[in-house]
Amino acid sequence: MRIELEKRARVSTLFSILSPLLALALTLVFGAIMFWLLGKNPLNALYVYFVEPLLEVWSLHELAIKAAPLILIGVGLAVCYRSNNWNIGAEGQFTIGAITGSILPVLYPDWHSPMILPLMLIMGMVGGALYAGIPALLKTRFNTNEILTSLMLVYIAQLYLDWLVRGLWRDPQGYNFPQTKSFQVEAVLPEILSSGRAHWAFVFAIIAAVALWFMMRFMLKGFEVSVLGQSERAGRFAGFSARRMVWFSMLLSGALAGLAGISEVSGSIGHVQPTISPGYGFTAIIVAFLGRLNPLGIIASGLVLALTYLGGEAAQLSIGISDKVSRVFQGLLLFFVLSCDTLIHYRIRLIVAGTKPVEVKA
Amino acid sequence: MKKLIIALAASAALLGGFSTGAQAQEKKKVCFIYVGSKTDGGWTQAHDLGRQELQKALDDKIETPFLENVPEGPDAERAIERMARSGCAMVFTTSFGFMDATVKVAQKFPDVKFEHATGFKSAPNLATYNSRFYEGRYIQGQIAAKMSKKGLAGYIASFPIPEVVMGINAFELGAKSINPNFKLKVVWANTWFDPGKEADAAKALIDQGVDILTQHTDTTAPMQVAAERGILAFGQASDMIAAGPKTQLTAIVDTWGAYYIKRTKALLDGTWKSEQIWDGLKDGILTMAPYTNMPDDVKAMAEETEAKIKSGELHPFTGPINKQDGTAWLAAGEKAQDGVLLGMNFYVEGVDDKLPQ
Amino acid sequence: MFEAILLTVITASTPLVIASLGELVTERAGVLNLGVEGMMIMGAVCAFAAAQLTGSPHLGILAGILGGAIFSLLFGFLTLTLVANQVATGLALTILGLGLSGQIGEAFVGQPGVKLPPIVIPLLSDIPFVGRVLFSQDLTFYLSIALVIGINWFLFRSRTGLKIRAIGDSHASAHALGINVIRTRYLAVMFGGACAGLAGAQLSLVYTPQWVENMSAGRGWIALALVVFASWRPWRVLAGGYLFGAVGVGQLHAQAFGVGLPSQLLSALPYAATIVVLIIISHNRRTTLINTPASLGKPFVPDR
Repeated sequence: MRIELEKRARVSTLFSILSPLLALALTLVFGAIMFWLLGKNPLNALYVYFVEPLLEVWSLHELAIKAAPLILIGVGLAVCYRSNNWNIGAEGQFTIGAITGSILPVLYPDWHSPMILPLMLIMGMVGGALYAGIPALLKTRFNTNEILTSLMLVYIAQLYLDWLVRGLWRDPQGYNFPQTKSFQVEAVLPEILSSGRAHWAFVFAIIAAVALWFMMRFMLKGFEVSVLGQSERAGRFAGFSARRMVWFSMLLSGALAGLAGISEVSGSIGHVQPTISPGYGFTAIIVAFLGRLNPLGIIASGLVLALTYLGGEAAQLSIGISDKVSRVFQGLLLFFVLSCDTLIHYRIRLIVAGTKPVEVKA
Repeated sequence: MKKLIIALAASAALLGGFSTGAQAQEKKKVCFIYVGSKTDGGWTQAHDLGRQELQKALDDKIETPFLENVPEGPDAERAIERMARSGCAMVFTTSFGFMDATVKVAQKFPDVKFEHATGFKSAPNLATYNSRFYEGRYIQGQIAAKMSKKGLAGYIASFPIPEVVMGINAFELGAKSINPNFKLKVVWANTWFDPGKEADAAKALIDQGVDILTQHTDTTAPMQVAAERGILAFGQASDMIAAGPKTQLTAIVDTWGAYYIKRTKALLDGTWKSEQIWDGLKDGILTMAPYTNMPDDVKAMAEETEAKIKSGELHPFTGPINKQDGTAWLAAGEKAQDGVLLGMNFYVEGVDDKLPQ
Repeated sequence: MFEAILLTVITASTPLVIASLGELVTERAGVLNLGVEGMMIMGAVCAFAAAQLTGSPHLGILAGILGGAIFSLLFGFLTLTLVANQVATGLALTILGLGLSGQIGEAFVGQPGVKLPPIVIPLLSDIPFVGRVLFSQDLTFYLSIALVIGINWFLFRSRTGLKIRAIGDSHASAHALGINVIRTRYLAVMFGGACAGLAGAQLSLVYTPQWVENMSAGRGWIALALVVFASWRPWRVLAGGYLFGAVGVGQLHAQAFGVGLPSQLLSALPYAATIVVLIIISHNRRTTLINTPASLGKPFVPDR
């Protein structure tokens, strides 16, 4: 028995909608079996995992906090990947954005002006963009592979942050512990509603996603991205420059990662410390693909992935499912979503040896 | 399949009322949040052993749920808030990086008690606790000076925070109390946890001629390397004798259990109050693993020093002590203030390293 | 002392070399598997578990290889049969591998491991210096060297190697020539998984004979970087792996020697060095293009 794929003439609208649901169903079934094998009540476990976090207001706020950086970075990366530029160093751009954005509150803690926050956000975006500009420069100038350079720059950024907060930027009143002074009130990204902690980063994420969706769908720039991504040659005939596209996509994704970085530091943490991200820059790559590189899809996938983090925590606490199992579960979900998406573009046939092909899925 | 259906049916029945928390009403929840994995072999594992000890001691009165591998930052704040909301009466946050998150959640939940390890911010419902690891390091230094033929030890350090610097200094002071010319080489691995890198650091130090190794990182890799190369070493956080039966001289063992039991009892009695606790050898918050692989006279000396520290007769940071550059720090007989120790960012004389700034 | 440093460097570099050689073959066949870290840690836990249970480190090595290879099949099924995106699947594989290995290894935490014994080659090991450094090593080191030579020959001198490269350069043409693209790619992916597993086994049986969660600590990512660094050439993988290992070990020695540089700067050196060397290598546009598999990361579905 083997599996064969046949390209659909047109993208299947039915399966565009059905595939995530199918993936979810498969995850639920497999998850239930896994929890059952571990001696846990499967329905209860799934309820704690997927439903409980959505029932309380504070938890929804937490969902928004967790999803915001994933969406912000993810939509930028989506444009990058669509144009065939492989920036996988968003984690580094996130870190540098957090650092450049924090220059003002760290160096001028007594500057109480409403101007400080917008300036910080802009500086964060500029920092992230400039850092993404390094692989762009190397790619356009020396033809250096951006996957590798952007990845290497992640480690350098993290070590630079580490050096900074353990030395130059360390809070002199902080018993020598590696963190900066807490930001002044004016430098803290405010909360959206009074009912919880969610701050403006989530709004930025939604705005960015919608704006990029609009660009990709209705603007010439979006067309340019798709054409160059599919074929550089075709792009050249249309008069587009692949070199300029490298710059555009890298700077854009860098700026958004930088914005995510400074928003996280300013809104969620309130000071700079050696670890500011649990790998948002890498997780966002998965988010981008789960969202099928579509900015609106990325809003959904960002929220789903954030939910698995929250659910994993709730399950660990209330029914004692270890965080390793949660990670395995997360991995399963990703695999199912990725494989079900195949149905959008392809028909799947099961071929049993010696018999005629059997059509299994429409 | 049939079994599965039965299980599903049974769980559906259970789901009906969602009263899974009900049967645990009488038991108080004492919760723990860990920065690493509970089986990391080091820092977090020591806390989890303490939690298990606590659970065993007060099994009929409490439950001890925990969250592991929680990143420092906003995730920690959410995790701690989740604990407070899920009915935890007391929450132990066991990493320095959880400090601000703990402070914020403590403000929101005045009725829940919080205890933060190794930090310096407290509140009426937020206590801090720490262990005087340096007491053990001082004893190790003395043993090293007796056992080292070259008068040179190697120290694998993680990050230049006060805690680690304090440990290095205490080790050097202990060694110098036996051999005034004792030297200490330090290598910063810049990680708490990377067996490979820790092993490489150990090899580098041994290749540069040290014949005693001590570590302030979490895995047993350096102990294994020391065993392979036939030199002696000290364990960290837990008894690492299994990794080096003929190598380990002693180890600083974090025994948080005694503390957790003490504080939980106080909570149950209603006598809990916010304190800034910095316990030492005498309180049992850290213990020395058996003194092994050394002659009896060295063992006797180590035991005597341990007894003196416990009785308060000996404080490792007692003058005269000079800083690394030779300037005076403590006058003869003067003892270091706790505040100075907790913010320590300089070496004492004899440490052969430049402190990263 | 030079000899001792060299031995440390060899132990540190071997897993990098082995894992990236495997990934090199995978990528030469046009498949980009970013899940090296996940396969490596699965290899490490399988190897350690098998060695503990059977008492034989050699069976451990075998289990590591098998563990990595079987785990990579998951990636193969998704990306080759179901043509899922390779970058995302690879990252997901790493998440799954880190979780699964932690779960499997829970029972083995804290147990002292069995170390793979060195194989001292008679006569050759008596040569001063060289004998001790090169001919008194353990199995994994010899395997790493054999792999470099073998893969170099295989890719550039054998028929199958030619097929693999043809597939990597243009799967459509290779298919038109009658080469079974999917099957060959499956084998290449499994070879990559086996190598990553072997590298993981080296970690838990040679480098540091123990099991702790996340013990690969990012080495899979470095191995991945090395492939591109080496511009898909086996000998350059060897050189790059040793460069990386040497800089990492060297910075620790520099510290112990008392060179007063910030340790973060020293830790950042290998990464900066990679970028610099990369610029130098890729500056010559032609050589890079010749070696880069043109269909790397692109999905392939045979027409019927």
